[in-house]
Amino acid sequence: MRPIDVIEGRVSVLDRHDVDTDQIIPKQFLKRVERTGFGEFLFYDWLRDGEIELEPNPILVAGRNFGCGSSREHAPWALEDFGFEAIVAPSFADIFYANCTKVGLLPVVLDEAHCRAVAGAGEARIDVDDQTVTCAEGVFEFEIEPDVKHRLLHGLDDIGITLGGAAAIDEFESAQGPAAGPVTTAL
Amino acid sequence: MAQTMFDKIWDAHEVSDGLIYIDLHLVHEVTSPQAFDGLRMAGRQVRRPDKTLATADHNVPTDGTMAARLIADELSRVQVETLERNCEEFHIPLYSLGSERQGIVHVIGPELGVTQPGMTIVCGDSHTSTHGAFGALAFGIGTSEVEHVLATQCLVQKRPKSMRISYAGALGAGVTPKDLILATIGRLGTGGMVGHAVEYAGPAIEALSMPGRMTICNMTIEGGGRAGMIAPDETTFEWVRGRPAAPQGFDAVVERWRQLPTDPGASFDTEVEIDASAISPMVTWGTNPGMVVEVTDRVPDPAAIDSPADRESAERALAYMDLAPGTPMTELRPERVFIGSCTNSRIEDLREAAAIVDGRKVAGSVRAMVVPGSQQVKAQAEAEGLHEVFRGAGFEWREAGCSMCLGMNPDTLIEGERCASTSNRNFEGRQGKGGRTHLVSPRMAAAAAIEGHFVDIRDWS
Repeated sequence: MRPIDVIEGRVSVLDRHDVDTDQIIPKQFLKRVERTGFGEFLFYDWLRDGEIELEPNPILVAGRNFGCGSSREHAPWALEDFGFEAIVAPSFADIFYANCTKVGLLPVVLDEAHCRAVAGAGEARIDVDDQTVTCAEGVFEFEIEPDVKHRLLHGLDDIGITLGGAAAIDEFESAQGPAAGPVTTAL
Repeated sequence: MAQTMFDKIWDAHEVSDGLIYIDLHLVHEVTSPQAFDGLRMAGRQVRRPDKTLATADHNVPTDGTMAARLIADELSRVQVETLERNCEEFHIPLYSLGSERQGIVHVIGPELGVTQPGMTIVCGDSHTSTHGAFGALAFGIGTSEVEHVLATQCLVQKRPKSMRISYAGALGAGVTPKDLILATIGRLGTGGMVGHAVEYAGPAIEALSMPGRMTICNMTIEGGGRAGMIAPDETTFEWVRGRPAAPQGFDAVVERWRQLPTDPGASFDTEVEIDASAISPMVTWGTNPGMVVEVTDRVPDPAAIDSPADRESAERALAYMDLAPGTPMTELRPERVFIGSCTNSRIEDLREAAAIVDGRKVAGSVRAMVVPGSQQVKAQAEAEGLHEVFRGAGFEWREAGCSMCLGMNPDTLIEGERCASTSNRNFEGRQGKGGRTHLVSPRMAAAAAIEGHFVDIRDWS
């Protein structure tokens, strides 16, 4: 994952609530076994039916509960591959939010009025370290978990970090003893 | 200090601050190939293949294709064959096509008994919340997290907030767990549970069988919930007893499981109370599961909605669904009926539906199909003669898989088709581009197949 520090540029707007991951990347494109190349299928039906228009700008502003539904990480892969680097919305679905932080697509929660302000400004600058979104309408602060911020700022591999503490996992497993649960390989 | 069930399970699995140990990792073909690739690229191994279990379900044709190499669709075939190769390379047990244990991942876990109280369970699938019905902490994860669990058997997680939804009273005759959860999502909205691990409680929940509890926990994600949970009790223990993966020294383990339920006086971040006796059979009218009304109701009028954004959503949904405000729900005429999915494809679901259709005929305007959730459910249903009941009525009787819940296999709606479906999502295009999905219980779906339109199952005979 590449480090994210500042994301700056024009803003695309998708003024809809409850946009589900089935819309972001319809199921027929989940059959690929690669991680790349999903951008051309982003919002496949909506874009092709002319329901929405979307420029591949660095920042996307969307409605509340963005990314609800399926856990498919193909959704953030497609958004990122299309060109978005940050998604700004009043709220996100939990799994989608987590998936974004794993792939280096920055999810930013701002209240609805500030989202509208950013959308209206048309351009914005997001500073991860300062936790601010700056646009012609003002400077808005956003929350982000300190460990997530640290990982994003440094482009760190989650697995590498966890494996660095493998001794704690070893210890946990040996302490678990008889409560260890079912053994799938014994079925 | 009094603890919630969630607290007990979370605390027992915290390896270090924010790092949770995973007792069971379920894997399917759609969300895993890129994770295995990641392992290979980094030269990493699967830490605990013995805590990992895989099956093929999303891409599986339900027409009797009994080996991955025989799947006609090339991309589907490659995806299932990739899963087979990955499981072989990393020594993960797999029930693929042709296995008598193959089935929807959230059906086979409980069926094999690998889903047990007190466990942490994850899968690259949002409906992993299903397993919480056993008093487990179970939730869906993305592919990067799948890779993380494969490599470390742990997951970096922020502790969610807690919510308890208590149901007073009892469900009325003909009203099912599916109606209970649809009514709950209708009330709280599709984002109403976001950020929370949700415990379902109260007499209406305690009275339910395990399949009913699984239906409720399954759809927790449709309310935005991180995980759904129900306290384990005698019903839970009896379900697990005797299954292939049931623990040795079962009674002693049950004594441990009895310590799991939420302590009296434990506090939740959010408490909700719902009168179960007031819940009616439900039918969705729109394009998310929160857009739902009682079957005796009418298609809502967007003009009556105050919030401009919600009004616009409703207008768009009605246009997509081709519905006019004010139309009685019982006048809607589905051309397709789908009984199946990880929400409602267990043997009890099929028995309930079979009891409705027994001796009757599917309406001439309807194409109806039943897709058992697993090969074992299918075998059990056939042993009970349910397949003959369904076929006799004019239903198609298919092989196990996700089928028409999400249209990644040949079972899809044609553009414009209206479907009464026992699945979990009515999103635009979910069952096929332009398809119109109405979510209902198995009984309601079965009755709609017979009559050719929705009926109030309570006064239908």
